[in-house]
Amino acid sequence: MITLIIISTLPILLLYLGLYKAQNSLLPVTLLGLLVALGFTVAAYTRADVATPIYSGMMLFNNFSVVFSVVTIISTILIVLLSGGYFEKISSHVAEYYAIILFSLAGIIIMVSFYNLVMLFIGIEIMSVSLYILAGIKKTDFASNEAALKYFLMGAFSTGFLLFGIALVYGSSGSFSLEAIRNWVISQPNHVDPMFYAGILLIIVGLCFKVGAAPFHFWTPDVYDGSPTLITAFMSTVAKTAAFAAFLRLFSECFQPVSDFWVPVLLVITIITLFIGNLTALYQHSFKRMLAFSSISHAGYMLFAIVALGASSVNSVFVYATAYSIASIISFGGLILVSQQSGNDNFESFNGLGKKNPFLALVITVAMLSLAGIPLTAGFMGKFFMFSGALLQFHLVMVLLAVVNAIISIFYYFRVIIAMYFRDAERDELVVPVYYKLVLGLAAIATILIGVDPGLITGLI
Amino acid sequence: MTVSLLIFLPVIAAVLVLFFKNSAAKHAALFFSLAELVLAGVFLSKFIPNASTQFIIVAPWIPKFGIYFNAGIDGISMIMVLLSAILVPLIILTTYRHEYKNANAFYALILFMQAGMLVVFTALDGFLFYVGWEAALIPIYFICSLWGGQNRIKITIKFFLYTFSGSLVMLVAIIYLYLQTPERTYDLANFYHLHLTISQQTWVFWAFFLAFAIKMPLFPFHTWQPDTYTEAPSAGTMMLSGIMLKMGIYGVIRWLIPLVPQGYNQWWSVAIVLSIIGIIYASIIAFKQKDGKRLVAYSSIAHVGLIAAGIFAWSYFGVQGAMIQMLSHGINVVGMFFIWDIISSRLNTRQISELGGIAKVAPKFAIAFLIITLGTVALPLTNGFIGEFLLLSGIFQVNMMLAIFSGLTMILGAVYMLRMYKSVMQGETNALTAVFADISGSEQLVLGIICVLIIVIGVYPQPILHISDAAVKQLVEQTIMKFYQAKP
Repeated sequence: MITLIIISTLPILLLYLGLYKAQNSLLPVTLLGLLVALGFTVAAYTRADVATPIYSGMMLFNNFSVVFSVVTIISTILIVLLSGGYFEKISSHVAEYYAIILFSLAGIIIMVSFYNLVMLFIGIEIMSVSLYILAGIKKTDFASNEAALKYFLMGAFSTGFLLFGIALVYGSSGSFSLEAIRNWVISQPNHVDPMFYAGILLIIVGLCFKVGAAPFHFWTPDVYDGSPTLITAFMSTVAKTAAFAAFLRLFSECFQPVSDFWVPVLLVITIITLFIGNLTALYQHSFKRMLAFSSISHAGYMLFAIVALGASSVNSVFVYATAYSIASIISFGGLILVSQQSGNDNFESFNGLGKKNPFLALVITVAMLSLAGIPLTAGFMGKFFMFSGALLQFHLVMVLLAVVNAIISIFYYFRVIIAMYFRDAERDELVVPVYYKLVLGLAAIATILIGVDPGLITGLI
Repeated sequence: MTVSLLIFLPVIAAVLVLFFKNSAAKHAALFFSLAELVLAGVFLSKFIPNASTQFIIVAPWIPKFGIYFNAGIDGISMIMVLLSAILVPLIILTTYRHEYKNANAFYALILFMQAGMLVVFTALDGFLFYVGWEAALIPIYFICSLWGGQNRIKITIKFFLYTFSGSLVMLVAIIYLYLQTPERTYDLANFYHLHLTISQQTWVFWAFFLAFAIKMPLFPFHTWQPDTYTEAPSAGTMMLSGIMLKMGIYGVIRWLIPLVPQGYNQWWSVAIVLSIIGIIYASIIAFKQKDGKRLVAYSSIAHVGLIAAGIFAWSYFGVQGAMIQMLSHGINVVGMFFIWDIISSRLNTRQISELGGIAKVAPKFAIAFLIITLGTVALPLTNGFIGEFLLLSGIFQVNMMLAIFSGLTMILGAVYMLRMYKSVMQGETNALTAVFADISGSEQLVLGIICVLIIVIGVYPQPILHISDAAVKQLVEQTIMKFYQAKP
């Protein structure tokens, strides 16, 4: 649990550094701290996976928590690396920025290792409150303010649902502990209190809001669009991965025995999410909004693992979230560079990039292929495991609908590739900073490596 | 010695070619593709033409999910390996007169595509087959849309969406089969031993059929093909028509029918009728074409329709005919597209009506064009004849009427092909064609090799038939045995 302690104390240190005007040391200290935290997390990994709940049964830091912590920490490291120079330009409160990102990460670590509904709630709130601030960190920008306000209002509302759901579950089962709730459910073979079902439904609403699943997705486009691009990257990768991990842990630990009740509900949500995300993404002119809508559809694919809850679900979500996070970081990183030059984030800004910046165009192509789920990229493996898991539970029709969606998504992902390579435009060569080259290059290599040999990460859990 | 050598040589070659600049890239690509041809020759010399699968490699890939890198060569695969090993150097040679921008990327993509196709032709694992299937698609998409003609962007995305849709449905079917195996494996041999009910077999049949029918393409899934063939750069068209469409035909032989024999037995008549409609439909449209490249594209649909009909008749003759016809069609169609590439690069037009009398000014070209035309219309003693004869006799064994309709391909083919030859090559020369320079250098070499192959295979096909003989016999018989072991 040292990970959580490091990640919680690091931001306080950063705030002090900011106070004493040590601007240049912020990035190195953040990176160093995250790397140390990463090291301790990896050390907590055990072959046999024999972790027991700690802190009076409040948290359980088993391999599940380790792998999801590692994914989120690594994604955060990549995003922090990309932020060198980015935040100095848009805000004078750089120390706060790093600190709040890390506070958010601390909430995320709690979300992937909770073993008690109270901890789940606390984790989600720590993450969300930090994100509300981050969304509005461009204080003078209209869109950023709008994003923050919208996100806060809607987020607070959905938190209410979540809390209400938790209360109802507590009211019927008499406990917040996952283990106790599970035992209670199993001990009621014939008749489970209707209040408990109502609680599950409300929790689903709350969590679907956090992962951006339709019909609770209305905040996503505006918030993703208005927030500073790197914050969008953080929200759509790290925060989303954590929300799915929490979703998965809660439902596989607690609610699996009554899955007959909630699977149809989630099934409908999944299919609506896929179609709404994909169809709206088709009509976007802005690359950033397209990514926002496509992230809704990716949430739909990840919901597959929860609908088809089984032994391989954890693995599916893990592979999918990893692939999606890496590819998204590349996309957002590329977008930052391109929009700095052109001043907007439309598809047209990418025209002719293939000629002037072959490296940047290549890594973005890899990311798009991965998001579209083309074989030999990590994204394909994610979709492959999702489909396998769903077919195992006999959801053939749902898989075929997902296939239709995968085909639709080709249209808008390939629009970027087409713009970069096949459309010409007068443009100057972009200057790609070294750390961008490093992050994007490594991410692209990781995407291909996982696509060619997914055994690298599937063996972990 | 395992098949992995054959598969990975083009992958390594593709990476190496990237380091060559401009025209050095084409020499390097030619060198590597010839090396692959030599390697294929070595494999052929060590190949024992019995029904067994040889040069097998089984390496764990994702063993936790029953996925293995499992590939090998039997008689059927051997023909396909030869096809791609022979055609790729020829296709690279046809590009010697072109100066492509970013030539290194162009040739690297071609070699990578060859690797993907070799995976398809040798895979014995469902997952590996699918990955190879897609790995061949991505490079050709980029080849067509980076170096293609005017409307390439719209047309190539249509092509990509079509084939990608088909293959995703196939992926679902493959995963479905995997989940039916008791030991959870993607191994093809285990798939063969599955006992599925008729309704399961039916949907798996149509899922695979969709993927393969789009790839070949069969009527009514052919609408991407003429546009794509026309807009793609010549080398891309040759890769598509010469080798890539054979992935679909090969898929039917190796995967579709043996996997779900009863599903096939239920639905074969629909499939065969679709193939035959395609033959007649494409022939009639070919008849009306004004653009030479488009005409060849439609004629290719007709010829592939005949091959598909022969396979869906599923007899020893039909499948053997399909094997040799795949090789012949590959050679002929590459020759045909090269002819049109030469014409359009010299005269900047492909309109048949604007041409005429080229035979007078370019006799060597005329002879080559004639031989390729005769091969395409399946004149006896050319390679096309052997294949189409076997195919028709295979269909005849099933149903005489079907054979008669399929036979129309030979008649209609002769009509539009010879008409095309007549109006392009014979008659009076006009202002445009009077300056047509005869072929020389690399063009002469490619067309010479193609003509020799057409005649040699036409006169003495036995060695090639012998390669696939035992494997086809075994596969056909084993599958037919399963037709009637129905499970309710």
